[in-house]
Parts: sequence; structure tokens; C-alpha cells
Amino acid sequence: MSSPAHTKLVLGRVGESVRRVDAIPKVTGEFAYASDLHAAGMLWGKTVRSPHAHARITSIDVSDAVGMPGVHAVLTHDDVPGQKRYGLEFPDQPVLAIDRVRYFGEPVALVAADEPEQALRAAGKVKVEYEPLEPVVDPERATEQEPLHPDRPTMGHGYRDDPRPNVVRHLEIHHGDPETTGDVAVSGYYELGIQDQAFLGPESGLAVPDGEGGVDIYVATQWLHVDRDQVAPCLNLPPDQVRIHLGGVGGAFGGREDLSIQVHAALLALHTARPVKMVYSREESFFGHVHRHPARIWAEHRAARAGKLVCVRMRILLDGGAYASSSTAVTANASCFACGPYAVENALIDCTSVYTNNPPCGAMRGFGAVQTCFAAEAQMDKLAAALDIDPIELRLLNALKPGDKLPTGQPITGSLPVAEVIRRAADLPLPEPEEFPRDPIRLPGGAGNVGRGEGVRRGVGFAVGFKNLCYSEGFDDACAARVRLLADGSAEIHCAAAEVGQGVTNVVLQVARTELDTEDIVLAPHSTVDVGSAGSASASRMTWMAAGAVQLACRAAIEEREQRGGGEVDVERVFHHRRTAPLDSATGQITGAPAHVAFACAAMRSVVEVDVELGLTRVVWIGTAQDVGTAINPQAVEGQIEGGTAQGLGLALMEEIQTRDGLITNASFTDYLIPTTLDMPPVDSVLVEDPEPDAPYGVKGVGEPPTVVSTSAILSALRAATGKELNRVPVKPDDIVGLHDEVAGPAGPSPVSPG
Amino acid sequence: MKVELVVNGEPCEAEVWGGESLLHTLRERLGLPGSKNACEQGECGSCSVLLDGTLVCACLVLSAQADGHEIVTVEGLAPEGKLHPVQEAFVETGAVQCGFCTPGLVMATADLLLRRPDPSEDEIREALSGNVCRCTGYAKIFDAVRLAAERG
Repeated sequence: MSSPAHTKLVLGRVGESVRRVDAIPKVTGEFAYASDLHAAGMLWGKTVRSPHAHARITSIDVSDAVGMPGVHAVLTHDDVPGQKRYGLEFPDQPVLAIDRVRYFGEPVALVAADEPEQALRAAGKVKVEYEPLEPVVDPERATEQEPLHPDRPTMGHGYRDDPRPNVVRHLEIHHGDPETTGDVAVSGYYELGIQDQAFLGPESGLAVPDGEGGVDIYVATQWLHVDRDQVAPCLNLPPDQVRIHLGGVGGAFGGREDLSIQVHAALLALHTARPVKMVYSREESFFGHVHRHPARIWAEHRAARAGKLVCVRMRILLDGGAYASSSTAVTANASCFACGPYAVENALIDCTSVYTNNPPCGAMRGFGAVQTCFAAEAQMDKLAAALDIDPIELRLLNALKPGDKLPTGQPITGSLPVAEVIRRAADLPLPEPEEFPRDPIRLPGGAGNVGRGEGVRRGVGFAVGFKNLCYSEGFDDACAARVRLLADGSAEIHCAAAEVGQGVTNVVLQVARTELDTEDIVLAPHSTVDVGSAGSASASRMTWMAAGAVQLACRAAIEEREQRGGGEVDVERVFHHRRTAPLDSATGQITGAPAHVAFACAAMRSVVEVDVELGLTRVVWIGTAQDVGTAINPQAVEGQIEGGTAQGLGLALMEEIQTRDGLITNASFTDYLIPTTLDMPPVDSVLVEDPEPDAPYGVKGVGEPPTVVSTSAILSALRAATGKELNRVPVKPDDIVGLHDEVAGPAGPSPVSPG
Repeated sequence: MKVELVVNGEPCEAEVWGGESLLHTLRERLGLPGSKNACEQGECGSCSVLLDGTLVCACLVLSAQADGHEIVTVEGLAPEGKLHPVQEAFVETGAVQCGFCTPGLVMATADLLLRRPDPSEDEIREALSGNVCRCTGYAKIFDAVRLAAERG
């Protein structure tokens, strides 16, 4: 990364709002993103993709494509020299489709050509004969249909044994006596569409052969080392011959956890002995990464007359799409946080993720907790109405606190100030209602609203959410850092923590400056070459883990220098969070060690205006209080809260990948809408600093809680404004004006099937 | 075909094909990748440049159409080694996260402030509504626009 000396950077330590070190190259256009890379003699790679959601491949003929102008290679599964399949957790996904395609847009062949246009044209000449098969598209029926993966890739990994076809993971959490009845019960059915990460920087990278059989891959990713560990076996190379370097990343949000161009570009580069660049178009990007799981949720909440929750029963169905990706972990998160941040002594949570021929789903900001928060918070509002208790009071009455147990039996031992975030959010003053007439830009629906405000109703909503920090269920997602103290007093830090825009580069530097008490620190480029794995920039873990690793390595380096009496030192240390253990496969209860490392919560208040005649909406204001542990960089924390809130607003009001028989019908920013400057309200955020005792400096990850809670907070306000149930997101104008009924849950047990 | 352009004040020429976008020519032939390729459909504004002083999406302009015209990209907004006041404001307010939208937003903001030196809140929102950002939720971008406007 180049940092031209336009203005002097203000350097800073832990706790200061420090300017990003990459901000200047990013505002001048000099920052090199993965799609900006070039190499001498470079070719362009293009992927041939399946036009079917489910089909048998009967033949692939590349002969016409090979003869096209500028073409240097056309590759199919036959050209994959090593393992033919890969996967983040289970190797169930072909590098290139072999005899069957399982989703619309699945990669089938690759082309490399001198110019991108030549590669595109040659890709169109690859003749693939398909025999279409009936796609499995209804997740409810998937468990009775033909198995898409007859070898059941997720079997034998310690999950509950569920022999039904197409089950990725089935988790049941039995807590206390789920048959307990209360004085009042409310139930509901909830549904969420497929959300896309819609990061702006499309999947991109450059693979450069080293002339000795190995390859360097410069790519936008979230976890360099796990990319290497998936890529190398497919190329039939030892890991040290596959070197992954971080190309500039234009956003991630979970969508870069799985591989995209990595193996493909490397195959083309090794085959042609030329550097090969691949850049997805926006349309292709919708096929190129996993999405947020769509969900169907049945919930029943039972409470005592005075408001105390006595039992929660929930059945959750997650559509994982064609390949497993991280569906098993999303299943656990959806289940473990299904009750929300409330103490409840009895619960039955039944969650199943399934394979279908819909778009593959995996990690997206909030990771399972978003889906169940949407149901749980709607239920809390319903319960408050049934009990005639103020919804905020009801939440305070049930707020989880240290010492309480989660439905998995895990006690809360660290920081989790649920009541505090509720109070602080509730204390934020609401904006005054705006008068009419007003500039149409400030009407629900903006200038497209042809009314004069006659149908506009205001609503105020509230929601609380929480989720885990770091990986769970026994996964040791450690982070390495290497510190070189040089003779001139400067230091060089190596850490593979992927900078995806969240600002972890600043975290690393702020920690190093604090620990080494010097400003003269350089962060080496992120790579698998000279430092161990940092784990993934996901799960609200990277700040905690990178801060821990850099702190540990800095302190070790200082100690070593003192022991040696000076001179250069070079030490690498690996930081681990406290151990976790898997959940019991039969009961969903913890087995000794806890399943999760720690938690973070957020409460959010929102004001909306709804034109109930036109079905148009406007989010007027959002106020939130978030549990952030210790803010290493308060300005960056606010940025995470504002941005995370925007993604939840998108899910509430506009974002959904639409499919028809498994085929995506809106793979563009023309048809898949994300919030613009006209959609986002001002966000007042309060940082609640309650240091996490287990974490370096008391930090907590901050990226996910706002996304977990904001969809729910906006829906709460929309319901208040309209009086409608609005049980499906994104909410559409038709849902508000009542052109059709509420989404009904498919026939089936409500709320749960007994274990 | 050959096109002749004046980019950031420098005359230059490039060999392009008839269907090639100005964005591709800038990024891949003229060594100016600052204009970004987020959607290449004219929906996101990340490739915003000035074409004879008018803000356009470079992905929607053919290089052939730009033949003989002047283009200013984010790389040419400020003199070498200096920051434009809008760029400074984006850095200071924390308006940059992943930064992929930033070049387009910087260009759109500079264009707005040229036309409306003291824009209202609504004018800022309207003017930047063609530039999407996925990271920031826009709050700090609005802060940057106001700061740049205050400084004139």
C-alpha cells in the first residue's frame, strides 16, 4: 500500500479516533484493489456458468472455444490436477462441475484470453449439453426429495444424526421443561428472503505462476490461510507452493469467506504459464459468492402474567442452497440466539438447514442471529401487547445478565450489559414529527410519492439483539502475529488479519504503537508467506484476535530484547481465545466447556413514516446503544454501527435476491436495491463500554450487532405505524397496503416438532 | 480504433475496440484504475468522472464517444502530492471504510460543491443518491461533505 505524504497522518494509540492509514490512498484512487492489479503478459480469465439450477451434464465440447481469437486455454474438471472438490467446512463443491450442476451460475469451464472481450466470446462457444432435472427449491419439501448430495458430506462430524435427505444440519436445543405453560402465549410465523452482501468490489484476483510449479495468488479475501489450505490440494501442490497475498478488498461482509476466483485463476495461470486476472461482473458476483440464508421460523412465547418469559418454542428452517459452505455454523447461531438476550428457563429450539438448488448460502454479517432476532423481537412486541406491558419494560424485565444461563446451559460469565443498552437506547430523544407540506424528498418513497402526506403515519419501534464473538463449538480460530524490532528502534509487524474495510489495519497499528511505545512501525503486506494464520475477518472476531496476537508478540519481543540486552529480535506468537466445546448432539446443551467465547448486544430505537395508502416507507431516525467492550477507535466503531445498521435497513425494506425455480431473476444493482443516501436516516449511536474481561484491552467485535438488531427495530416501528403483522422481510408496498394477506406458514407443526 | 483524449490535463491516445467503455480504457489502457468497476451498469456511481466538466459514469460512456474530449478522474482532482479539500474531508471524518465507493463519491461531492457551495441536507442526499456505499451507512460521508463545504 502506498502512503504518499500529502498530509501527515495522525498516529494514535488504543482508544483514540485515529485516521485510517489507508484513507489517503483510497481518496486519491491510488489504493490497489484486487481488480486493479496488472502483470506483464497478463491474460484474462472468464468462467462458463450453468444456466440451470439443476441438471445433468452429458457432454462438454471446448473445441470451438479453443480456436477463438486470443484464446490460450479452455479448462474443465478434467484439468483439475488435484482434489476435484473444496469447501470451507466440507469439501462438497466441485472446482468445476463434473457430471451435475446444482445451482444457477455454477462454474463449469474456464477460459483465458488476451482481452476480456475475447474471453467472454470464447466462453460463449463452450458447448455444454445439459439434461435438466427437477430443481429442489422448496426447503420444506427438500427433506423428502431426491438427495442432492447422496454421500451426505456433513455426516460424521458430531452433529445430530438426521437421516432425512438434504439435511445439512439439524440441531435441537432442549432447555428445562419445554412443555411448561405460562399465563399468556403468543405465536407467529416469520420469513426472511435471501440477502446479498453486495460488497462493491467484485470478486477479483491475479494469479502469477512462479516458473517452478508454484503460484502466487493476489486476491480479495477474508482469510488468506484457509484459502491456501483449500486451493493447494485442488492444484495438487504443497501449501508452500501456493502463496496467497491480500489484494485490496472492496468490502466483504461474509461473502468472501468461501473461494471465488482463487483455484480458477491459479489453474489458468499454471496451465498457460502466464499471469491470469479474473474480475467478476456485477451479475456474476451474484453467482460468485454465498448469501444470507433465507429462513422460515415458527415461534411461540409463553409468559407469566407479570411479564416473565417462561418458555420459548421455535422451529427454524434455513435454506442453505446447493453447497454446505458454513451452514452448519449458521444453524448453531440461529438456534443459540433464538430466544434473544433474555433469560428463559425453558425452551425447545429446533433448527434445520437443508440443501436445495437455490443459490448457495453461508456467511453474512450477523450469521444466523439476524434471522432469529427478527422472529424473537416481533414475538416480544406481540407479548408486550398481549400482556399490556410497555415493550421496553418487558425487555428490561427479561434482560439476560451475567450469571444467567443461555438455553444451551452456558452461563454468561463475561460482560453482557443488556439492561444497560436497553436503557441507554430508550433514553435517546426522538425527533419531533415533521410538518406537511414538505419537500417531497422527505416523504415516504421520496419524490416518487405523489400524495401530500394524507396517508402518512408515524411509528416508533424498539428491538434488542445479541450474538457471539469469535468462532464457537470447539473451533480454535487462533491468530498469529510476528514482530520484528529493528536496531534503529523501528518495528515491523506481520499479521494476516484481512483488511476488508472494517479497519483492522488500524487496530493492529494502534495496538503495536501502544505496546511498543513508538510511532515508527510498519505493517508488512498481508500474506501467507511470512506469518501464520490470523483466522477469518468474520464473526466479530478480528479486532479481538488481532489485538491479542499483536499484544502478545510485542510483549514477547520486548522481553526477548531485554534478555539479549538489545539488538534485533524477530518473534511470532499465536493468540488463542478461551477454549470452547461442541454442543451435545442430542440435547443441544454444552458439554463441559462453553460453546461460545463471549457475546455482544445492541438495542435500537427507530422512527418510521409509512404512507399507508401507497405502501411507501421512510426511516426517519435511528438511535442505538451498543455494547462495544472497549472502543479501540471510537470513530471507526461508529462507522461500523452506521454501516451495519444500513445493511439491516436494506433487509427490512428492499434487499432480496429473487428466484424462480432456483434461477436468480434480479442479479444487478438495477433490480437488487441497496440503501442509498435517500434511504438512510441519521443514526445516533451510544457506545456502551463495559470491557470484556477475557479480551485484550477489554475489546469486543462491533460489526455484527447493529445488523442483527436493525431489521427488527425498523419492523417494530413499521408495525406500530400500520398495525399490520408484517411477518416477512423485506417488506414490500403490497404488504403495507394489504393487497395480499400476511405470509402464511406452510402447513406443519407450529411452533416446533417435538424432538 | 484509436481514440485521443485529454485525461487529467494530459493528451493521450489509446487503441480500443468499438464497444469499449471509457471506464475500461481508463483502468486497463491508461493506467488509471482509481475510477472503480463496482457495477459497470451505471447504478452505483463508483466510476464517476468529469467529461468536459459534466459528472458521468465512465462505464456508460463509450471510449469512442469520449474521443477528443477532456476527462478528469479522481487521480487528477488535486495536483500531484496534494489533496483536494473534499479528499481531506473524507479522510478526517472517517468517511472511508473499504473505499471502493470513495473515488466516485469524492468526484460527485466535488461536483456538487462546485455547483452548490453550501448545500442543504436534502441537496446533499439528492446529489449523492447515485453513489452507493455499502460500508458506511453514509453518516460520515455527509459529515465529510459538510466539512468540505464549511471550508469552502
